[in-house]
Amino acid sequence: MTSAISLRGVSVSYGETPVVEDLSLEIAEGECFGLVGESGSGKSTLLRAITGLAPDWTGGISLFGQARGKSIDRRFSALCQMVFQDPYGSLHPRQTVDAALSEPLTIHGIAGADTKVPAMMAACGLDPRFRFRLPHQLSGGQRQRVAIARALMLSPRILLLDEPTSALDVSVQAEILNLLKRLRREQKLTYILVTHDLPVVSFLCDRLAVMRQGRVVEVADVAALRANTMTHPYSREMVARSERRV
Amino acid sequence: MTTTTRDWLLSETPASRMQARLGRSYRVFRALLRNPLAVVGALIVIALVVLALFAPLFATHSPYAGELTDRLKPPSDAFWLGTDELGRDIWSRIVYGARITLAIVVLVAAIAAPIGMVVGAVSGYLGGWADRILMGITDIFLSMPKLILALAFVAALGPGIENAVIAIAITSWPAYARIARAETLTIRNAEFISAVRLQGASAMRVIVRHILPLCTSSVIVRVTLDMAGIILTAAGLGFLGLGAQPPLPEWGAMISRGRSFILDQWWVATMPGFAIVIVSLGFCFLGDGLRDVLDPKSGNRQ
Repeated sequence: MTSAISLRGVSVSYGETPVVEDLSLEIAEGECFGLVGESGSGKSTLLRAITGLAPDWTGGISLFGQARGKSIDRRFSALCQMVFQDPYGSLHPRQTVDAALSEPLTIHGIAGADTKVPAMMAACGLDPRFRFRLPHQLSGGQRQRVAIARALMLSPRILLLDEPTSALDVSVQAEILNLLKRLRREQKLTYILVTHDLPVVSFLCDRLAVMRQGRVVEVADVAALRANTMTHPYSREMVARSERRV
Repeated sequence: MTTTTRDWLLSETPASRMQARLGRSYRVFRALLRNPLAVVGALIVIALVVLALFAPLFATHSPYAGELTDRLKPPSDAFWLGTDELGRDIWSRIVYGARITLAIVVLVAAIAAPIGMVVGAVSGYLGGWADRILMGITDIFLSMPKLILALAFVAALGPGIENAVIAIAITSWPAYARIARAETLTIRNAEFISAVRLQGASAMRVIVRHILPLCTSSVIVRVTLDMAGIILTAAGLGFLGLGAQPPLPEWGAMISRGRSFILDQWWVATMPGFAIVIVSLGFCFLGDGLRDVLDPKSGNRQ
């Protein structure tokens, strides 16, 4: 079986500075894969390279066996979408929810926005009354639901999540995580979840990779995280730090 | 009835695209009404538009034909603002001149603002060589004094209102390009732009549908504030004999004609001067008010 996401020897750099170095990963279809690491470890950059937003990479990235080019193209847009960290910055301030959700359909020439938008809003737990509201009339959690709905409008098979809950209140975080869990089950999605929050990984993910300074130091099952049986000293240190905070 | 319309406009849960859009305009309108100077400015601008549209109703005499026996009469019941050296009623000429002023202002705004916005947004969004070339051209135009550049163009194209409009538009777009570029630079790396790019939107679509709408409010404010300058430049060209040609009742040209009699028949030059001052002030007040309401940087957004 081909993997949903296959990264072979991927290096990403911003100008002269290498951010991700020689990284290889295979992620199976339907899996939720966590990428953890501290700030600057290159995990968000890796996501941006997979989507095409950071075009300065070398190596091989393929989704469902199809190698992708450096720039964004529509075939891959429909296959793989991303949810951003900051729900306050990821929605256009002058566009209503309706406009944000119809835009991907218009770009891809898909008809039927009038039925698809309310359906997706319902699937993401958004009240139909919010349809013509502007982002500033929504709460952070509602905005993140809109961002998730927007990412799912093209029915992608892969969803990349860049710290989707770190900008939200704890109670809202739980709602969004439950929503993500349900959507993954219902739509058979493959997730890559970038976070520095280990409890989120153990709640949502099947496997995880620990990244440090642009390299993967360890790939482990989430059971190893829960049982604290990860092998690399840096991973153990991270788990220990996370437990101290709780 | 009025309260229900208001509630419908201010509804937090608009039921259609139309209602959401109208509600937004209504909020801007209400915020504008809270600023007395902006209301004064808006009234002056509305008065100018009404005068221009219904000039024959407001004019008491013909703007072109005059009796030589009535030349240089002071303001009176028959001639509200006096007459000029050819016996033409100055009030009627000012009323018809409003048409010319309004046409110049609207045409310049309609030509210069879109050009400036597109140049600025393309330059800011694409960056690199496109940015350097477009901004280089903008800087060249920006470095020359407006009136002198307009004079050079009119001298090359020949005098007349159309050429004056083209000349003024050519000199005023660079300011809008600068503003649009600055706005674009602040939003091009925003996540909502990344999100539409990820959906496969072309650069053209990103610029037109997602970047330009965010530039419009600051450009609208700037255009309104520039209206006074446009009117003054047009009047300056008219005064120098390079704008509207006789017998067109253009205000700058009227001042120029009245200059010869300014000591003995002061009203000939002064009345069109008042018209220019009042209309320029009106646009300035309105622009200031719009800035408070629309400018995202002023803080109190609703």
